[in-house]
Amino acid sequence: MSTSAQEIDSYIGQKYKDGFVTDVEVDTFPPGLDEQVIAKLSAIKGEPEFMLEYRLKAFRHWQTMTEPNWAQLNIEPIDYQSISYYSAPKKDSDKPQSLDEIDPELLETYKKLGIPLDEQERLAGVAVDAVFDSVSVATTFKGKLKDAGVIFCPISEALQEYPDLVKQYLGTVVPSGDNFFAALNAAVFTDGSFVYIPKGVRCPMELSTYFRINAANTGQFERTLIIADEDSHVSYLEGCTAPMRDENQLHAAVVELVVMDNAEIKYSTVQNWYPGDENGVGGIYNFVTKRAECRGANSKVSWTQVETGSAITWKYPSCVLLGDNSVGEFYSVAVTNNYQQADTGTKMIHIGKNTRSTIISKGISAGRSQNTYRGLVKVAKNATNARNYTQCDSLLVGDKCGAHTFPYVEVKQPSAQVEHEATTSKISEDQLFFCQQRGISAEDAVSMIVNGFCKSVFKELPMEFAVEAQALLGISLEGSVG
Amino acid sequence: MLSIENLHVSVGDKPILKGLNLQINAGEVHAIMGPNGAGKSTLSHVLSGKSGYTVTAGTVIYQGKDLLDLEPDERAREGVFLAFQYPVEVPGVSNIYLMKAALNAIRKHKGLPEVDAMDFLTLVKDKVKLLEMDEKFLYRSVNEGFSGGEKKRNEILQAAILEPSLCILDETDSGLDIDALKVVAAGVNSLRADDRAFLMITHYQRMLDYIKPDIVHVLANGKIVKSGGPELALELEAKGYHWVEEQAA
Ligand SMILES: Nc1ncnc2c1ncn2[C@@H]1O[C@H](COP(=O)(O)OP(=O)(O)OP(=O)(O)O)[C@@H](O)[C@H]1O
Ligand SMILES: [Mg+2]
Repeated sequence: MSTSAQEIDSYIGQKYKDGFVTDVEVDTFPPGLDEQVIAKLSAIKGEPEFMLEYRLKAFRHWQTMTEPNWAQLNIEPIDYQSISYYSAPKKDSDKPQSLDEIDPELLETYKKLGIPLDEQERLAGVAVDAVFDSVSVATTFKGKLKDAGVIFCPISEALQEYPDLVKQYLGTVVPSGDNFFAALNAAVFTDGSFVYIPKGVRCPMELSTYFRINAANTGQFERTLIIADEDSHVSYLEGCTAPMRDENQLHAAVVELVVMDNAEIKYSTVQNWYPGDENGVGGIYNFVTKRAECRGANSKVSWTQVETGSAITWKYPSCVLLGDNSVGEFYSVAVTNNYQQADTGTKMIHIGKNTRSTIISKGISAGRSQNTYRGLVKVAKNATNARNYTQCDSLLVGDKCGAHTFPYVEVKQPSAQVEHEATTSKISEDQLFFCQQRGISAEDAVSMIVNGFCKSVFKELPMEFAVEAQALLGISLEGSVG
Repeated sequence: MLSIENLHVSVGDKPILKGLNLQINAGEVHAIMGPNGAGKSTLSHVLSGKSGYTVTAGTVIYQGKDLLDLEPDERAREGVFLAFQYPVEVPGVSNIYLMKAALNAIRKHKGLPEVDAMDFLTLVKDKVKLLEMDEKFLYRSVNEGFSGGEKKRNEILQAAILEPSLCILDETDSGLDIDALKVVAAGVNSLRADDRAFLMITHYQRMLDYIKPDIVHVLANGKIVKSGGPELALELEAKGYHWVEEQAA
């Protein structure tokens, strides 16, 4: 967006004075990662001193780490020195001037998703009036949110305007050395969202972020930090509905949620990064660390995700249930087609007393894809009366795909009740023929059956998102039959 | 409406239909009877386009079109309906949702707009009443946990809503209790029309007491070996199939 381009320009100006960087005219850093690159990145963003220290510490730690062991995933080695770690948004004059200049396939996808035209233009990064319209719309919302005391802004902006708040919470849920990709993210993240809901405030609207595709590829290492202070409530939607067309690109985001006494965060994701083509060429490697800490008593976190994109997804949105009576929920639909691989699930860590968690996971595999649920339910020694209910259902479309379920349970407190149910079913030729015999095309039949299978998760999504998710399922399963 | 000539069908290397001929005109009800394994369901599957069958010879012309050239869903949208001998369960998809999707697919094919939600509900409730079903069945997953008889009744409900031109009933009577048979037969009879034809596969005369066929055929060993009026069914009931098969041999 134009404003962020201007902002960045102005930061560059600031840092010029500090004499950090000389070579700031370039749009994109050359590939490679070392301390200098990080210093340059932090300088361009005009970050406070503590941030640079934080990044460097993470980077030093990252260098001592090795990639996770890929279990069910089959992955080409990633050359971290061949990636460029900063890419500034292009100037408006370089952006496409109208939708006529956008990849028609992309527009087709937007159309199928039912995204309105001005939204399409915004997503495509088109520099026309509509974009400015939505910027001003965003500003109106900002005013309304500000009246309520809610802070909702890019994390780079938060680092400028609320550095103490960011410093207080950043990395407290996902420490910079937590895992290989979290460490990398801490070292090099470029942007993301920051949300703070003050005590007693019910956020007056749903907050949403669309990770947009633009030529800048700034979405590779986002960082999201949401804090719900005592007695507050927020529903946050994250859409990654714009397919990226590049070859195996790395996307390593970190999301941290902090929930205080009696507060609630509902976090919904519809993820549709480019999955690669039908032969498994290209696509995003989506390695994401998402974790919520229910710090307060009676706090609640609910993760709902619909994962249809990416060549490889590695993602376990987790809940650390510290506060007594806190509640963690995880509702997931993961669809894989062609050669996609997904290894996803959740961790529910029960530490407080009377903590409860619910896990509903629906995995749909088609084509030659592999879909794995991996979940951990852990009940600590003092977590009396902890309860968990887990339900994992897999649906196979065709017979060349795979579904795997790995539920891990560690219970150190005898009063815990942990329940697990799992099913695997298959869309049979007879079912497809039956639907076709009623006039419904095979593809519509598959998406109808899959939607039915996912009903219990979709009902957790906000209305508009549920509609989008259903449309997405249809698109991602295209070509899975016949 | 339907003209089948010299139809030969195999499953794998095994020939099942061996030169079957059948003409059905609009407005007619044809009954097909015949011993187990004769190829009756095979015929219904080939007409509706189920995969797994190879047509090795013959033609099927339906309303002037080469039926075998069409995909199963295209055939359905052109008005071919099969009430399955073994209706399939579709977990997670409600009965009413399936019927609405089906009706809209057919309407779209005819160039009609999607059915209005209220109109559809009225239509469905009307047909549910006709078949003396509980409205709760509308909101249950398609055929999931339905009893055998309930599944069969549900097939006729779908026929009543989709209003096909050619309605193939594969042993719809099997599994129905005596009262249910009457209700379902009444449902079928209410569908009889000048522009609609029925191909009714059955083993029992009783079904034909309620739904009077115009013509009765005997399918044995992959062919129609005998055709006649309703009295043929009575004769079969009394004498079995052997005499027909012997006559044909
Ligand atoms: N997939 C298959 N593989 C092998 N044989 C098959 C297959 N499908 C059908 N057949 C055979 O084809 C023959 C005809 O079967 P079909 O189901 O058409 O009989 P039917 O006349 O409907 O019998 P019924 O009265 O018992 O319903 C049977 O011998 C059956 O075993
Ligand atoms: Mg049969």
